[in-house]
This record gives sequence, structure tokens and C-alpha cells, in this order.
Amino acid sequence: MAFDNVSAKSFKVVGTRPERPDGIEKVTGQARFGADAYLPGMLHGAILRSPHAHAKILSIDISALENDKSVKAVVTRNDFECNLTGEDWNILENIMAGEKALYDGHAIAAVACSSLLEAKDALKKIIVQYEILPHVTDVEEAMKENAPVIREGSARSSVPKGMHPNIVGYHESGHGDVEAGFKEADLILEENFRTEAAHQGYIEPHACLATMMPDGKGEVWCCTQGHFNVAKVCAKLLGSDASQIRVTASEIGGGFGGKTAVFIEPVALALSKKATHPVKIVMSRNEIFRATGPTSSTSMHVKIGMKKNGKITAAEGTFKLQGGAFPGSPMAESAMCAFAPYELDNVRSVGWDVMCNRPKQAAYRAPGSPMAAFAVESIIDEFCKRLKLDPIEVRLINAVTEGSKSSYGPKFQRIGLVETLEAAKSHPHYAAPIERGVGRGISCGFWFNFGGETCVSLALSEDGTASLSVGTPDIGGSRASMSQIVSEELNIPYEKVRATVADTATLGYNEISHGSRVTFATGLATIKAAQDMKKKLCLRAAKVWGLDEEAVYWEEGYVKPAGPNAGDHEPLSIADIAKTMGRTGGPIVGHYEASPEGAGVSFATHIVDAKVDKETGFTSIERYTVIQDAGKAIHPSYVEGQFQGGAAQGIGWALNEEYIYDKKGILQNAGFLDYRIPVASDLPKIDTEIIEVPNPGHPYGVRGVGETSICPPLAAIANAVSSSAGIRMKQLPMSPPKILEAMDDNNG
Amino acid sequence: MKYEAPETIDQAIDIYSKFNGSKKILAGGTDVLVQLRTDIVRPEMVMNIKKINSLHEFCIVDGYWKIGAAVSASKITKNTAFISEWPGIAEGVGLIGSTQIQNRATLVGNLSNASPAADGIPALVAANAKVEIVGQQGSRVKDVYSLIEGPGKLHLSKDEFITHILIPLQRDRSADCYLRFIPRTEMDIAVVGCGVNLSVKNQSISSAKIVLGAVGPKVIFADEAAELVLNSRLDKDVILKLQRMCEEIATPISDKRGSIRFRRQVAGVLAKRALQKAYARALEVS
Amino acid sequence: MKKVHVSTTINGTLKEFLCDTRETLLDALRDHMLLTGTKEGCGTGDCGSCSVIFDGDVICSCLTLAAEAEGRNIETIEGMAEGGELHVLQKKFLEHAALQCGICTPGILMASKALLKKNNNPSEEEARFWLAGNLCRCTGYDKIINAVLDAAREIREESDGV
Ligand SMILES: Cc1cc2nc3c(=O)[nH]c(=O)nc-3n(C[C@H](O)[C@H](O)[C@H](O)COP(=O)(O)OP(=O)(O)OC[C@H]3O[C@@H](n4cnc5c(N)ncnc54)[C@H](O)[C@@H]3O)c2cc1C
Ligand code: FES
Ligand code: FES
Repeated sequence: MAFDNVSAKSFKVVGTRPERPDGIEKVTGQARFGADAYLPGMLHGAILRSPHAHAKILSIDISALENDKSVKAVVTRNDFECNLTGEDWNILENIMAGEKALYDGHAIAAVACSSLLEAKDALKKIIVQYEILPHVTDVEEAMKENAPVIREGSARSSVPKGMHPNIVGYHESGHGDVEAGFKEADLILEENFRTEAAHQGYIEPHACLATMMPDGKGEVWCCTQGHFNVAKVCAKLLGSDASQIRVTASEIGGGFGGKTAVFIEPVALALSKKATHPVKIVMSRNEIFRATGPTSSTSMHVKIGMKKNGKITAAEGTFKLQGGAFPGSPMAESAMCAFAPYELDNVRSVGWDVMCNRPKQAAYRAPGSPMAAFAVESIIDEFCKRLKLDPIEVRLINAVTEGSKSSYGPKFQRIGLVETLEAAKSHPHYAAPIERGVGRGISCGFWFNFGGETCVSLALSEDGTASLSVGTPDIGGSRASMSQIVSEELNIPYEKVRATVADTATLGYNEISHGSRVTFATGLATIKAAQDMKKKLCLRAAKVWGLDEEAVYWEEGYVKPAGPNAGDHEPLSIADIAKTMGRTGGPIVGHYEASPEGAGVSFATHIVDAKVDKETGFTSIERYTVIQDAGKAIHPSYVEGQFQGGAAQGIGWALNEEYIYDKKGILQNAGFLDYRIPVASDLPKIDTEIIEVPNPGHPYGVRGVGETSICPPLAAIANAVSSSAGIRMKQLPMSPPKILEAMDDNNG
Repeated sequence: MKYEAPETIDQAIDIYSKFNGSKKILAGGTDVLVQLRTDIVRPEMVMNIKKINSLHEFCIVDGYWKIGAAVSASKITKNTAFISEWPGIAEGVGLIGSTQIQNRATLVGNLSNASPAADGIPALVAANAKVEIVGQQGSRVKDVYSLIEGPGKLHLSKDEFITHILIPLQRDRSADCYLRFIPRTEMDIAVVGCGVNLSVKNQSISSAKIVLGAVGPKVIFADEAAELVLNSRLDKDVILKLQRMCEEIATPISDKRGSIRFRRQVAGVLAKRALQKAYARALEVS
Repeated sequence: MKKVHVSTTINGTLKEFLCDTRETLLDALRDHMLLTGTKEGCGTGDCGSCSVIFDGDVICSCLTLAAEAEGRNIETIEGMAEGGELHVLQKKFLEHAALQCGICTPGILMASKALLKKNNNPSEEEARFWLAGNLCRCTGYDKIINAVLDAAREIREESDGV
């Protein structure tokens, strides 16, 4: 369904800022999140985790629990399906170790008891014998010839022959003749960059409450970005059917990609099946850091050639990402996003997927893109310094526009990069004088966005109000936006729409809430469902009036006879039709089910001022501005919220967040005290500007907004810090010790 | 785990000394609860001392500021008379944790937990503070510095606990200061801390104590550095020497919070800054 | 293990419960009284999701033993709206879209309530430092701070009006 220029101009509800429908529950403590469910007879589950980075599991002795009355069930790997392959096997191996513990925190066994304290005590009685193996946690080290092998035979067919078994994926994209392009350049710069793994850091721990009967029927309540996926995975891992496991998504306390993965639900189900009681599992913060997915750490090399006037002649990059002890790091996304903002005649990107003794990486907001942007945009910044060019002008000279061939292949449709750059140029922040000691950084960022399987149902009530059932968990106010859309389409007040996240037994399959797809895909589905309903309303009126379908039309919330020939009928409102629908043909429900394409890529430009204390290496962020193309902002407050949240996470990742492993491969900072996400006093106000360049693939012009906002910050901050400290920072996080070290090394 | 909450000191002494198993005093609990949750400690008994009225004392007695073991950090940082006399000690106390932590944490708990990175300790040591200890044998007074044995350890016998901190009244023309370094603005454990207490005479420093935190198993007296600034007005060359000297005196370890090299560097910087600030404060009251 | 009996006042009502001595006030609120508005984000004092007002002061309920609640007066998020009327902070949070996922919201509201009781005219910086123990991963804090400052303004106007 293409962008519709007519409706674009006449929004009544879309683009306003009503209060969210789930707001009161959330400010009064009534909203029920993952850990807030209780059932009669409920048990508490707890998981034993490996204290070693890499070890063979010789034996698991649970005999001490056999006579322990408090222990209602114990499970190990033997209690799950044994014939899985591919990603199903990977997920199982990750949530319950088989022959080896593959990282510090890898699950080994689980118990269920009447209380959590009892369950934790019971875990201490399980005796596991390990044979400790050599380990590796660094991406470069893991690729070396003598590196310990995580698992033989994991490599995809894309990997060239003869590589180390830890190298499990290879990607290549680009076009033109890079060597020829470099020859045309006036200046060539190349550099290595490193980034450390960052965790999504959602405040709500993974939590679930699961019941499974011996016949394989299951019920799960959990916080997830994709409950349909939970049902699918649980069914596979437990040898049940997806339709037999009904999953209800609780309110979700942040996910950012991290709650697209499944960790504890199959374990709780397995325990419940053995105990024939409901089992609740809530992860501790320590478990979250050690055993759920942070993003990949990277090692990157980027080389760019430029003319004196700022035109890029060629660009080349290699992106090595470790994804933990499993294949699947977003190295292809890194390689594809790296140069996406620029129109390049000659470009080549290579990605390597590498395994390490770390937890399986999980998606984190625009997976792969922020790190790649850090490398590329740092080099562009260096060009600007050396060639004395304005950083926005250089980006404008090279910026992609409608019709440009992207660095990763397809041609761009209508896009808004130039608009964000122009807005940055005329933003008061960019014009403001730079104080002494402060550095200003600019960066662009890119993300694809995503459509995916979607299915919604819109039911009309007898009183003319509407209830919308969606299958995508509300991770950022989507029930508000969806209600706005229904209100817009049906011409009924926003308050008369109730949007609900339906369970897996109620709707058809819905892809996970990820890839910034919800407002785009569920939004599109909602428009379609509303239009379907309007069609049915017209039919119903036609029937009442004894007319053909063509003789009626919809306008402003009413079905009207089309012209004098149709007769003199009083227009019927939705409420009129609803009141009598029982007698005129039964319930009226609008539907949509499909996999919409055309999500519409999006670009952002960020401006940041940072000040480094040159004696201690401490960086303060003095001012921050986010400018991003949202296509069309349905609810501008929540769009701004996504912009600000992405920027704040980027600030954390750039400055202080990192996974710190000791020599034994044990995570040293598995808690919020030492995994340093930004606190309120660390941040300045985050200014936002929403650009609206309509996405041609969506009737309102919507583009996904949730992810692009984390793409520019790493680079923008690195550029600002480098400028303030007087030294190019090539490694993240730019924590105080790293900054002082870099300054020292620079001074000899 | 047994939970006790006596209401008088005598009861507390009785309960605590008679209990033979592993035991923990519970003051604000901001260290104890974390240690319980993470299985670092598994005491058979905890004794909450917050119901004992006399441990809530916070006043001047016999030439000392007397701070009871149950006085919360936020009570200390609200006391304007105390802050104006010992701004550095108050700074250290004020830096402990968040608003929520401040409402529970005690200075005695901070001292008793004896973390090398404790923010409350350096300024106390620089002020030559003492503690009052009780046990089966009665009470005794000991200075804070020699009370600390090492990380997490105090020189206390099994039946003893602390009832009060005793801080001498500040001398004339004197002031203190505490600074710490953390990578964020809040909610972090000190990578380096530095407490300074000094007096001035005719605009020159007439006595000084410099105490470094988080750069050794316990706080370190930087006496040589203190000597260096005696009779000076903190001119540039003195400051530079002081900074280098403190880098030398620090004996940090490398860990997740900072490398040896980084900690030494920052120890020098903080000593300089704390000294300058204390000096400016002392001049103000001269 | 023998449990201890605790009686305590929660949101103005006298409550009694039995708990294990190792349980925290947060465990008791959630698991024994089903007051699940108070959240657990870390269990170790780092995130502030579990903030409650304890004898007038905002504290982390995860760092307080349940047994310590004996004879105390505790306010939780469930007691913030009174008589069907939202507290001005709650209204401002909705108006300013100061919540995205909302998991941090109860803790931040309790901490903000304590702030405004102490100081009804905080500067932006004071509000940011006061709330530094309350982590929010979604919003970047911007809209939260706006909501708190706007609520403070309204409280001042109301008290000036009287
Ligand atoms: C999120 C968070 C942030 C923190 N930030 C900081 C920080 O920035 N700086 C810092 O220094 N600390 C910090 N801490 C640690 C802690 O808050 C402080 O050490 C606090 O001062 C401890 O005081 P308390 O009263 O809570 O001690 P408790 O936890 O009650 O006790 C601490 C220790 O002292 C013992 N003890 C207590 N009272 C006595 C007594 N009277 N006699 C003998 N032994 C006793 C206890 O048995 C225990 O071993 C932080 C803690 C948390 C959870
Ligand atoms: S749960 Fe208490 S501070 Fe995080
Ligand atoms: S709104 Fe999600 S953590 Fe604050």
C-alpha cells in the first residue's frame, strides 16, 4: 500500500499527543509486568550457572536434592528435546548447556521450590564436575590459529575454506573498483577501531510464569518482544506444538532487542511439567549481564579516499564481530550500514562472524550499525580536520538521495538524509559558539527498518467503539499510536478505541517487535484493518438501504448514499450501524494479515558537545541534539522519546559501558554499579528535531524510528571527545583511563 | 538466620557477645543486604542496632563531635553546624550512594565495612577521628586509622562493635576537603579518593594531613607530600611536586575500576585539587 | 526455618505478615502483600525501581530487611493516588510522556514525591542529582525531569494560591 498524498495532508488525530491508554496503570503501579504474575500453588525456579568461561561438564550430581522435600523439580539438558538442529539447537544449547559450559554464566541445571530462598539453597547442593578448558573472549584472539575452538562445524557455507573453526560467517558487499577509486583520491586515511560489548540494560529483568501439563499443553506469561516466537521456540525445545503453548505478553519493561531472544521460558515450562505446578522464574541482574545477550564486540578496519573538495572516491571496510559462543553476530548489518549514508562509486565491505566464550549476542537497537558508523564517521571527521572542511558540508557532498545506489545494493527510494543534514546546519546548536575546551562532534547514522509477518483484528462494539487486537508487544507506546490510527481512520474519538496486545491463541503469527517495525507494520495493518471495517460498514448500510455496494460511500465517519439516484437516506454513523449489526448480519470485524514490505530506511544526524577533563580523562556531555527522519510521527512525544532514549544509550556505550572479563574469562562487572549506564545527572537535555520525509511504502509515510537514533551517537561523541582531548579516539568505551592512556601515548 | 533488634546498648552487648555463631551488625544495611543477596556473607544472626536510641546521638560532647552508629548519611549532611566545621567529612559522607542510600547508610557502617574505596574514611582519618567501641569488657576508644586492619577487616574482637565516631573540633584557621574520582557523576565506587585537612598561618600552610583512598589495601597517609606543602602557599612548583609525589606514594592495584597507571595519575590530580580547595577554605575562615 | 511476624503500616493501613528473616521489604511487599507496583530491577540498591517512602524518607526496599518494617510507616506507589485522584506528579508524567516502558516509573515517582516534599522548587540540576539513583534506560531522562519540574511548579502555584 503506497503513500497516500491525500490522507497525508488531512490528519486529525495522527500527529497529536494524546495521553497513552496504558498510562494510568503505569503511574499507579497497577500495570502488570513480567514478574508481577502469581498463581495458586506457584513454585519458584532458579538456575545454576557455570562459574567457568569454558569447561567440559563431566558430571552433574543432583543426588543431594533427591531427598530434599523442598525441591519439587530439577531439570538439566536431558529434559529437553534431543533432535534439534540449526538455530533451534543453538537456542537450546544457550539456555541449558549440553556437553560444555561455553561462557561464564551458562545455565547448567534448574530447580523449582516453594520459595526463591529454598530454590537458591537447593542450587548450592548440586555438584558439578568440570574440566576447565582454555578460553577466548577477544574477537581478534579468537580468529588466531592457536585459539581454543568453541565448537567445530559451526561455520556457514559462506566462510572460505581453511579458516579457524571459530570463524563462522562471512559477508561481502559493494560495487565499483575500490583500487581505482583510491588512486583518484587526494588523501587516503585508514585506521583500526575497536568497540566493547554493550548490554541493552533494560531495567526489567527477564521474568516468566509458566504452566505445563504432562500432555504438553502449556501457558506462559512473560515479558518479551515477541510472544509468538516464544511459543514457537518453547514448542520446539520441549517437543510440543506451537498451538498447544499459549503465550501472553506481559507489559514489558524495556527490551531494545534483548527481549527478542528466549532464555527462561522453556526452563520454567520443563520444571512445571515435572512438578505439575506453575513455575515462576525471574532472572537476577547478575544473571542478565552474564547470560543474556549483550551486543557484539568488534574489531574494524576502515579505509577511505577523498578529494580535496570532500568528495569520497572509494571506501573499504572490514568488520569483525564476535557474537558469543554461537553464530549470528550482526556483522553483515555492520558491513551494510557502514557506508550507507554515502553515494559511492567504489565501495567494498567485508564482515566476519566470530565465536568466543561469551554469552550469545542478542539484537541491540540497530544491531551492527552503531559500531560501523563509529569507525566510518570517525574517519570522515578526520578528513574534515585535515582538509579543513566543514563536517556537515562534506556529508552533504556525499549524501545519498532518492535514486542513489546504496553501498549494500538496492537503490534508495525517497529518503531524508539531506533533510537531516540541512536541519543540523541551520540548528541553533550548530551555530552556537564552541566554548574553550569543548569539542563538537557530528555524525550521521542509518538503519534499514523492517516489516515482517503481521496480523491484527479490529472489532466493532455495539456502542460504536472499537477494540483493536495486535500481536506485537507494546515496547514504546505503540498502543497509543495504534489507537490514534484507528481513531483517524474511523473518525471516532481516540478514547473510544482500546488497543490490546492479544495472546498467541487469539491472533495469527506476528513477528517479534523489533527492527523498528511496530509503528510501520502493525500501523499499516491497523490502517488496512480499519479500511476493511469501513468497507464492511458500507456493505451493511447498503444492505439496510437495499442498495448496491457501489451506491454508498464512506465520509468522515458516516456511510452516505452516493448521489440522488441512491435515494434520500439519512447518513448512518458507525454507532448507528453498530447498534443494529446483530440484526443486519452479525459482528463487524476488520482484519489484516500479511508481511508488508517497504519499511522505509531512515537516517539521522546528531550534534554533540563534549568536554574532557584532561587531567582525569572524565568526559561530560554538554549539549546534545538529535535530528532524525521519522517519515511521519504518529505520536510525536513517543518519537522524541525514542530519539532521546537512543542518544542516551549511545552516550553510555561511547563513554563507560563495557563488558570487562578477567584473565579467566569471568565477567567482572555483572551489575549496574560497575556496568555504568548513564544516570540522570550524567546527561544534559537532549534536544530533538523530527524530520518528516514520507516513506513511499506506507500510507501515512511512517518510517521506523526506534533504532536509527542509536546509530550516530558513538561516532558523534567520539568526534567531540577527540576534538576536546586533542587526540583521535579509536576505541570504545572512551572511559577516563582509556582517554588518559591515549593522550599519554600521543605525548610519547 | 536469626534477627535481633535490641533497644538498649546493654541488651545489644549481651546478645552480641553471647552469640557464638557467625554474626553481623546491621546498621543502614546498604552493604550488609548486598552481601547477603550475593552470598558474600551468610551470617547465622544479624543484629539491627537502629532501635537503640543512644546510637542516634549526633552532637558535641567534651570537645568532640559525637556521631552515633545509627545516624544516617542524610542526617549528617543536613547538619549545617557540622558541615561548616567539617565540610570535607560531610563531602565524603554525602558522596555515598544515591538519595535512597543516603537515607539509610551510616558513617560507622562505611567505616566498619572497611572497603579500601570507602568515601567516608579518608576525611575521617585526616581529621584524626576516633571511635568508641563497646564489648563484654566495657568500652574503649581507638583512632580510626589504626582500627582498620585491611579490606573488610577491623581490629575488633568478636564481641565488640562500634557505638560512636568521635571527631575533634576543628582548629582555628583550618579546613578540610574530600574529593573522589568516578567515571560517572553519581552511583559509582571511588576509583581514587583523597581527604585533606590543613591549617594556615599568615596565609601559609602550617600543618597538613593528606590521606589517599582506593589506592592501597587501606587508606594511605601521604606524609611526605604533606611535609612538602608545609610553610607554602601552594605555588605552582610545590603543587607540581606534590602531584608527582602522591603518584609515587599511591600503591594501587589494577581492577575493573581502573589500572595502576590511571589510579596513580588521578591520585596526584585529586591530591592537588583537594589541597587547593581545603587551602582556599582555610583562608576563608582565617 | 521459623518465620518472623511483622506488623507495619502500609499506605495508611495496618498490615501483618510472616516472613523469612532473609527476605527484604521488597520481597514482602511483592510476594506477601501482592503490592507489585514496587519493582525489582537489581536487588542491590543500584537502580531505584524498588523505592518506597519509609518513615518519610525515600529508600530502596531491596536494601531493607522485611523484619525491619516492624512498627514503621511505609508508602508505596499504590498509595500515591488518593480518593480516585492522581497525584500531580502522576498527572505530569502522563502529560509529558515521561514514561516509555514504565518499569522505572513507580520508583521515580516515589523518589520525586520525596524530593518535592523537601524542596518544591528544585533546579534542574538538583532534580537530576536527586534522581541519580533511579535508572531509566528508555527515556534519556529528559521528559522525566520536565515532568518533575512542571509538577513542582504546579505545587508551588497551588500553595501560593492558598
Ligand atoms: C548502590 C550503592 C552505592 C554505594 N555507593 C557508595 C559510595 O559511593 N561510597 C561508599 O563509600 N560506599 C558506597 N556504598 C556502600 C555503602 O552504602 C556504604 O559503605 C555505607 O556507608 C554502609 O553503611 P551502612 O550503615 O549501610 O552499613 P551496613 O551495611 O549496615 O554495615 C556495613 C558493615 O559494617 C558492619 N557494621 C555496621 N555497623 C557496625 C558497628 N556499629 N560496629 C561494627 N560493625 C558494624 C556491618 O556488620 C557490615 O559488615 C554504596 C552501596 C550501594 C548499595
Ligand atoms: S531493585 Fe532495589 S535498587 Fe534496584
Ligand atoms: S521508561 Fe523504561 S526504564 Fe524508564
